Amino acid sequence: MRKYVSFFKLRFVMGLQYRSAALAGIATQIFWGMMEILMFRAFYEADAAAFPMTLQATCSYVWMQQAFLTLFMAWMMEGEIFEAIVNGNISYELCRPIDIYDMWFARSMANRFSKALLRCVPVLLISVLVREPYGMAAPVSAQAFFLFWITLFLGAFVTIAFCMLVYICCFFTVSSVGVRMVAVSVVEFFQGGVIPIPFFPEKIREIVELLPFAAMQNVSFRVYSGDLAGKALEKAVFLQVFWLIVLIAAGKGLNRIAMKKIVVQGG
Amino acid sequence: MIEMSHVSKTYKVFKRDAGAVSALKSIFHREYEQVHALRDVSFTIQDGEMVGYIGPNGAGKSSTIKILSGILTPDEGTCIINGLNPWKDRIRHVKEIGVVFGQRSQLWWDVPVIDSYELLRDIYRIPQVTYQQNKEELTELLSLEELLKTPARQLSLGQRMRCEIAASLLHSPKILFLDEPTIGLDAVSKLAVRDFILKHNKTHKTTVILTTHDMQDIEALTERIILIGKGRILLDGTAEDIKDGNENMDEALAALYRKLEI
Repeated sequence: MRKYVSFFKLRFVMGLQYRSAALAGIATQIFWGMMEILMFRAFYEADAAAFPMTLQATCSYVWMQQAFLTLFMAWMMEGEIFEAIVNGNISYELCRPIDIYDMWFARSMANRFSKALLRCVPVLLISVLVREPYGMAAPVSAQAFFLFWITLFLGAFVTIAFCMLVYICCFFTVSSVGVRMVAVSVVEFFQGGVIPIPFFPEKIREIVELLPFAAMQNVSFRVYSGDLAGKALEKAVFLQVFWLIVLIAAGKGLNRIAMKKIVVQGG
Repeated sequence: MIEMSHVSKTYKVFKRDAGAVSALKSIFHREYEQVHALRDVSFTIQDGEMVGYIGPNGAGKSSTIKILSGILTPDEGTCIINGLNPWKDRIRHVKEIGVVFGQRSQLWWDVPVIDSYELLRDIYRIPQVTYQQNKEELTELLSLEELLKTPARQLSLGQRMRCEIAASLLHSPKILFLDEPTIGLDAVSKLAVRDFILKHNKTHKTTVILTTHDMQDIEALTERIILIGKGRILLDGTAEDIKDGNENMDEALAALYRKLEI
């Protein structure tokens, strides 16, 4: 365990050193958040009653999404892992007394958490200053706030576990581009990255809510504003845990098969 | 002790003719060719030996190193290294070996070398005392003092290679695999690397297996040479066997390659 912790630490510290990337990210996220809120405002002005969430809850959702973007975006995968698989640098990782899966998991965690830490504070500060109902509201209750954090981490783990599957698939294909493209678009849409999941049409929503993608950002951002509570929340958290276990088990199994047939080509 | 017996490995290589027509054809029907990277390779290497493993490009050198270091699973044959099967007991096996691939880097690119070393210490669970001792010894012998605080990406190739070699020895491995460790190095760095390997083998009795195309490396370092060509072991002897009276090692080897048609 200790080796993965030190690996996490190294990557975490490494992630904190990219200051200009963080600044650029913060600026993008703030403007993106504003644009999105303007768009929703136009829709709500047409007919606020037609929407499943209040404008305030939707705005909080958007701001949280922007602040914690790096935790949940599937396109934030580790370029270095794909490179290592494609160019064979993976050889070095295989000559170490470590489990590749655990190490990559630790690495993805470090990468996402360090980026989120750098970015979330300024974005949240600014969003709190924006006037009601377009800014970020306070959580509905202390309990919701506590559950927000728990489900936030669970959701980030589910996202990472899903990305792990994508990395491992690249052992079986020559180029990673195809798998990545499909995975990224599917995740982005079905996790509620484009519009929150409650905005989906009833029948589709019922199915989407059961998928692993709904166990990513969807749960925590909705718990925060009280949109998700009671029985529905219990079910959502259960699904988060369930998908986390399933995805990790699938990833480890696939990884074992990949390790058996892996061929590092070239001298 | 390393015992490799009757190891074979075949790769499937996708082939097609040039041009669009054959590219289209290959969508429906693929032709593969079997390439025998290793055919019935056997050898035994005793503890503390220093062995040069040579052969032309594509002879099977890297495949052998990959099998010995547990990265590649052969199709046939067995391999026992200090009582362990490298690909089945991968994690236990790799604790006892150090590997340097001259063409790749094991140092983390964006952080100072010392950070990479400390991470390796935790990965291999090296006791602090041993780590400190090894680090000091390697720092002195490879003159790393100035380099440890520099990020790996800002090191020259020669400097980086010295740091790489130290990185692979921090956990006091019993066996060291060096895959073209002097590739691209200038004369001074080459000599420094050779000198260090020689000393390390003497003082620590580390078994060293070296692949290289640089015959001076071989002459300076190894007594025993294994020559491989087209996946088969063709010669297991000394530098003198290859020289065969010839003065120049490179010429002697080229003549041998031609004679053996590899």
